[in-house]
Parts: sequence; structure tokens; C-alpha cells
Amino acid sequence: MPASNAFVLRVTNLAKRYGQGCPSCYALTGPAFATNICPCCGSIVACHDIGFDLEEGEILGIVGESGSGKSTLVRCLYFDEEVTGGEAFLAAYGKGGVNLFAESSQRKRFIRNHLMGMVYQNPLLGIKPHFTAGGNVAEKLLTADVYNYADIRARAASLLTRTEIPRARMDDFPARFSGGMQQRVQIAKALANNPPLLFLDEITTGLDLSVQARVLDLVKEIQRELGIAMLVVSHDLGVIRMLADRTAVLKNGRMVEIGLTDQILEDPQHQYTQLLVHSML
Amino acid sequence: MLNLKAIERKGGYNFAFLDENTKREIRRKTLKAVAIPGYQVPFASPELPIARGWGTGGLQVTMSIIGPDDTLKVIDQGCDGGVNAVNIRKLLVKTTGVGTTFDTAAASIIQTRHRIPEEPMSGRQILVLQVPIPEPLRFVEASMAKTREMHSEMDYSRMWVFLYENIVKWGEITIGARYPSLVNKRYLIDPSPIPRWDVPKLHMAETLYLFGAGREKRIYAVPPHTSVEPLEFEDIRFRVEDFSGKACVRCGSDHTYMNEIYGGPGGGKLYVCSDSSRCDKLRAQRGEAKTHAGK
Ligand SMILES: Nc1ncnc2c1ncn2[C@@H]1O[C@H](COP(=O)(O)OP(=O)(O)O)[C@@H](O)[C@H]1O
Ligand SMILES: [Mg+2]
Ligand SMILES: [Zn+2]
Repeated sequence: MPASNAFVLRVTNLAKRYGQGCPSCYALTGPAFATNICPCCGSIVACHDIGFDLEEGEILGIVGESGSGKSTLVRCLYFDEEVTGGEAFLAAYGKGGVNLFAESSQRKRFIRNHLMGMVYQNPLLGIKPHFTAGGNVAEKLLTADVYNYADIRARAASLLTRTEIPRARMDDFPARFSGGMQQRVQIAKALANNPPLLFLDEITTGLDLSVQARVLDLVKEIQRELGIAMLVVSHDLGVIRMLADRTAVLKNGRMVEIGLTDQILEDPQHQYTQLLVHSML
Repeated sequence: MLNLKAIERKGGYNFAFLDENTKREIRRKTLKAVAIPGYQVPFASPELPIARGWGTGGLQVTMSIIGPDDTLKVIDQGCDGGVNAVNIRKLLVKTTGVGTTFDTAAASIIQTRHRIPEEPMSGRQILVLQVPIPEPLRFVEASMAKTREMHSEMDYSRMWVFLYENIVKWGEITIGARYPSLVNKRYLIDPSPIPRWDVPKLHMAETLYLFGAGREKRIYAVPPHTSVEPLEFEDIRFRVEDFSGKACVRCGSDHTYMNEIYGGPGGGKLYVCSDSSRCDKLRAQRGEAKTHAGK
């Protein structure tokens, strides 16, 4: 393991296949075949051979067209989905030497509750509309074993204030909030347990442009203040350009390129990345 | 006063009414419940010809564990003379011929609804509680499949959020009866509609507590010497009902769960023990003491 840059998250050979699979699945899918569907058995190779280090305080962007496997990747890392293969290591867990995917479901829940935060594209996947805004933040704290009411109350108030939810709305139900506000409640909840690692999956897709900018600014500020390492998934290079220090490009379930965001945007190496970058100019 | 001797065993029924297969099924499930404290074990049984809501769950448990040498006590809301208690006692005595008592200390099996007796019980006794709703997570989740999953993962965060929001809204936890409690640091239970006053009696007790839910056909148990912890925040603790400054108008006791009655001089509130047999016992002792003093 390279000792130079301390990793927060290390992923190696991650694979996720939907379907029973056959010996040709991996050989006959990917960018070279322009598909993630195995022509032999019809299985979908949503992710294959994905590996990277996420470093301390870094935002790593994951970009790629719809269906390239971005959501599958973060869902696997957050244990929403079971991987087909590969390993992941968290510096904050078992001194970075324990493959998270091999842990029991109980340990995975512990890791997720204590060491990770997730913000989904659809706010209602991450928060419950019939819990109050404060209750949603409280839920994350309670799963992380914080059982002091005054502490929960204070932390929820400060996080919601930080994510620009008026204090007066703290005990209201997000069902009555706008999409942008719901998304900010979701961000507050994801930050509640002070995780060393945050996943953000297309968090501005579906929001109005003006609202998008405000949410992205917020993410950037929080990252600067707290130094949380983030994996930011987007199909939108504009979002990636604004947030990510480094970027990985996915295509048909494979990682075709990874590097500094500026370099990838200015001098894309892979043919597909060139297409992607040019299409946005 | 009820005449306990007036009820006699009637022929024509199997001992304790239930057929032996059903009793065996319920005993097996009861053993499982004891082996996994707080876990709701489903059981199979034919429908009883008794309206649900009359404690059929508790009744079936009692019918399955009772033997000819047992001494039975049946109470309803703390009272041996309640309609529900009288009918259940009648049915059990008619079909078993066992002796019955009002004295908590003299009973080997106590079937109860809504109360745990005030007198401490021993390891030779079993308390059977009638349960209307066995699922503590019903407060927060309607789907049985989901609550099962939450129990299996010990994911009680939604119950906790419910308590949090309860405090936000009311300044305190407003759950009175049915206070959600964690058994053996593992399973959350609904302790049946006993008042909060009775919940600490379940904790590290000498006695075996069996909970039977008739409608949903579930049995769960708190075995002796098992921890039972009502959910509480570090800074907002679980509290029992407060009767400070109040005493029972019948027996004078001031450390007992009391019912409020109206009708004091000037229409004021009066308090009387909910556990009627203990109240009678204390009254009798006081009476004796007075007689002795008078000699
Ligand atoms: N539950 C599933 N079952 C079968 N296929 C799925 C499932 N989830 C995603 N996929 C497929 O996996 C591929 C990657 O999807 P996804 O990770 O959502 O892509 P992205 O987030 O990059 O748009 C797609 O072909 C998608 O259809
Ligand atoms: Mg996606
Ligand atoms: Zn009394």
C-alpha cells in the first residue's frame, strides 16, 4: 500500500452484476463493446474492475452517461447493494485493513451508521417525510448511538441552520418542503454522525437551476469547513468541474479514466472522455 | 365477596379445555419464547369459542401450563373481582378443578390484564399477561413484514425518533401504558397495557413473565433475572407515575399504584389502590393491629 497519501476509502476490483452471469460476461461487455449487457446470458455488468483511492479531504467526482454504473457503485459502497466481487477499505475502520464487503450485515450497518453519510438524488430515499426535519437528523444520530436528547436537539438545530433550513421549520414535516429544502435536510442528516466519508449521488439533478447552484455552494462550503472526503456522482460535467478535485470517468460499467479534474477537462485521454468533454462545450 | 368454593370442575371437557395437541404446541412455543427473551414467537391454535379481547392469548398460555396442583389467581386491572377476571377464573376452574386464591403470595399461576401485583413474587410463580397488541413497533410501522425485519436487525431507530418527537411536541414522553422496553439488551417488547409503574417489576425479577396475544397469536417471555429497560434518553429518563403526597383511602398505603376516584368530601379526588387484594391484606393487617392495641 502506498504510504504517501493517506486514503479515506480504497476500492479495488469492485464488480456488480445483475443476473446469473456466465463465463463470458466480463470479456464481452464494456466500452469496447459499447454495452454492459452480456450477449451470451443477458446479465447486466453494471460495474466491473473499478478501483481508486479517495484521499483525506478530497472530493472525487464520478462522471459518466446515464446507465454507466455510477449509482450502482455508490450504492454498493453504502451497502444498499451487495457486490459481486471486489474489496473496499475504510481508514476509519479496522485501521484500513478490513475488507468491508466481507463483514457481517450487522457490522455493515455499524459502518454505515457511524462512518458514512449518503445523499440520494431523490431526497425521499434519504429522509422520511413523516418525520420532522429535526427528527430526520435525530434518526441518524440515534443510529450512531447518541442518546442524549439535548445533544441531539442542539446538533440537529446547528446542522439544519448550517444547511439553511430556518430554525422555525425544524419541527415541520419535510413532506411540505420544496425539493431544494428537502435536499438540504437530507444533507444535514447525512452529516449528522460527523462521517469521515460522504456519498452524493446526483444531488442537484431535478432541482431548478438557481436552487442547484445554492446546493452546490453549500456542499463546497461544508467540504471546506469539515474536510470530509466526498464521492460526488453526476452525469453533469458542470457539477463535477465545480466540486471535484479529481474525477473518474465511467463508461458501460468500467472506469476508463481517472485524474485531476482540470486535466481531464482540458486534456482528456480516453476517446470516450473526449466525446463527453466536447459534447459539453 | 366472591365465593371461590362455589365453582366446581365440570366434566365433558379436556383438562383445561384445550386439546392436548394445542397445549403441546403452545408449551413448545413458550419454551422458545423463554429461550429468546423478548422475541415474539408465533403459535398455532384453533379459535377459542370466546370473543377475542377477553384475553384469549393469556388464557391459552395459562390453559397450556396449568396442572391440577396449581393455585390460580386471576386479576383484571389489579382487581380479582372484575368481570373479565371472574369469567376467566370460572372457565379455568370449571375445566381444571384447580384451587384459586386472591392472595398473590399463595398463587402459583397468576393471569392478569393491565397490572402486575404489587407484592413481590417468587421464582415458584408464573405471571401470565394478556396482550392486546404484541408489536411495540406498531407505534411507528404498520407492516408486519417490516417490523419483523426491524427486530431481526435490532433497528429501533424509528421508535427512538418517535420518542424524540414526542418530547419535541409535548415536552416529555407521553406514553403511559404499553411503554416500549428492551429485553435482555436485544428485543424491544410491548409489556402489555400495564402502567409505567409496573415496568420496573419486570427487570431482573425472580418470576417468569409470559405474554400471550390471542388475536395475533404471539407468545413472548421475560424469564427471571433478565434485564428489561424502558427506552429513555440519557438526560430525559423513564419515570413511573407520581403518587407523591397521596395515599389509599382504604388501606393508607402511599407506595402503590392508585386509581383516582371522585367523591371525596366536597367532590374532591380520592385515591385507592389498584391492586385490590393487597389493599384488602393491608387493611386487614391494620385492623388487626388496631384490635391488638385495643386489648
Ligand atoms: N436493480 C437492478 N437490476 C437490474 N439492473 C440494474 C439494477 N440497477 C441498475 N441496473 C442496471 O445497471 C446499469 C447501471 O445503472 P446505474 O448504476 O443506475 O447507472 P447510472 O447511475 O450511471 O445512471 C444500468 O444498465 C441499469 O439498467
Ligand atoms: Mg444514477
Ligand atoms: Zn389500598
